[in-house]
Amino acid sequence: MIEGSVLGMVDGVHTFFKDGLRLDGRKKDELRPIKIKAGVLKRADGSCYLEHGGNKIMAAVYGPREVHPRHLQHPTRAIVRYRYNMASFSVDERKRPGPDRRSVEISKISREAMESVVLKEQFPKTVVDVFIEVLQSDAGTRAAGINAAAVAMADAGIPMKGLVTACAAGKIGGEVVLDLCKEEDNYGEADMPIAIVPRTGEITMIQMDGHMTFDEFREGLELALKGCRQIYELQREALIERYKSGVEGEE
Amino acid sequence: MDAGKMPRIVVPGDLLSEEPAKVGEGAYIEDGKVYASVYGVLDKKDRIRVIPLAGKYIPKRGDTVIGSVTEISFSNWILDIASPYEAYLHISEYPRRIEPGEMSKYIRVGDLIVATVLDVDWSMMVELTLRENQFKVLRGGRLLEISHTRVPRLIGRGGSMISMIKRESRCSIFVGQNGRVWLQGKPENMKLAAQAIEMVVREAHTPGLTNRVVEFLRANR
Repeated sequence: MIEGSVLGMVDGVHTFFKDGLRLDGRKKDELRPIKIKAGVLKRADGSCYLEHGGNKIMAAVYGPREVHPRHLQHPTRAIVRYRYNMASFSVDERKRPGPDRRSVEISKISREAMESVVLKEQFPKTVVDVFIEVLQSDAGTRAAGINAAAVAMADAGIPMKGLVTACAAGKIGGEVVLDLCKEEDNYGEADMPIAIVPRTGEITMIQMDGHMTFDEFREGLELALKGCRQIYELQREALIERYKSGVEGEE
Repeated sequence: MDAGKMPRIVVPGDLLSEEPAKVGEGAYIEDGKVYASVYGVLDKKDRIRVIPLAGKYIPKRGDTVIGSVTEISFSNWILDIASPYEAYLHISEYPRRIEPGEMSKYIRVGDLIVATVLDVDWSMMVELTLRENQFKVLRGGRLLEISHTRVPRLIGRGGSMISMIKRESRCSIFVGQNGRVWLQGKPENMKLAAQAIEMVVREAHTPGLTNRVVEFLRANR
């Protein structure tokens, strides 16, 4: 994480670049460092711990399992429930615990982003529960949550057409850049998270907060798609890594 | 999973084949290409399939499972079979003719039984039968729950792994397709067998496992 106030001010306007680099030293099309580990929780059916810059996310997946309350059950397919939650200590000022307008919205769009890849017809009458806990937040938590959820769902053995990968692009100081950090998000002009199915390139989530011209939007979309491809490789590696230790170095 | 051959681990969405082929579980075809749908080990022997590394047990017709009775309704025993779906054992599937009022005399709530899946319909209603196997209520012994994905490895090719564990640990063992394993023997033997089973579960995807389990059992007997 970057320390103190890294934002410069020139004539009352924030500056986001120094010597052509962003304030945390990244290039315009560079992601923050990402670390993913699959299978970290013993009691969940599938789990994942993910760090993306200053974001720390824990994902737990349960199911397919019986639906409670019963009336939510669907006779011919499984349902997916997704809960995005921020820990009270995940932000600078203590956050009041529990769901709020923002986390309810994020839960809904994230569920829709994941739902489209799940082969729900294979498990009628069941539910797949996904729980995302944001332990530390640093802009881009919904994207990081989706990335963790996809790994945790694969780890739970849930049949899917592919993984889902999410990444954000944004506009700061008039420039379109990849993966905003907290300061860039707070003082920038726009933030645009997207989620894709890397296998097909299908977009399963797209949002935009702020203003961009159509050309900037296109540029941002291109950048975010590239970012997703990089993250996708890390997600795959995390899953393969989990069973690798035993596969290699034997006989 | 032969010794020496490195199993390839795949994740959902991985391309398995450019050409349409015979596809088994854990894989699907789209636009003439084969992709993985689950996280697991690729098996290309006679058809392309992915052996899952995780997941819940989904009952199939013909599977033999260990169930525990949770409820007795008018003419069915309702069983938990370690799956998202509960299973029904109808009174007429009991080997002998019995009266509905006397069901709890034969199989009580809490009993563990070995049963065969007679049918699973479109709505995942699971029916069991006791007619096909020598009927068993399991009494005494110990029950282990493992992931059903490890059951084929625990049984081994032609039953090689499980019969070896039975022999070396001097326990009688029964493995249900749903991942429930029942042991009976002397307490110390059961403990040893349980450790060996744990070892198989943990290292199921590694080659040369049978030999290591034999060594383990002999060293700790």
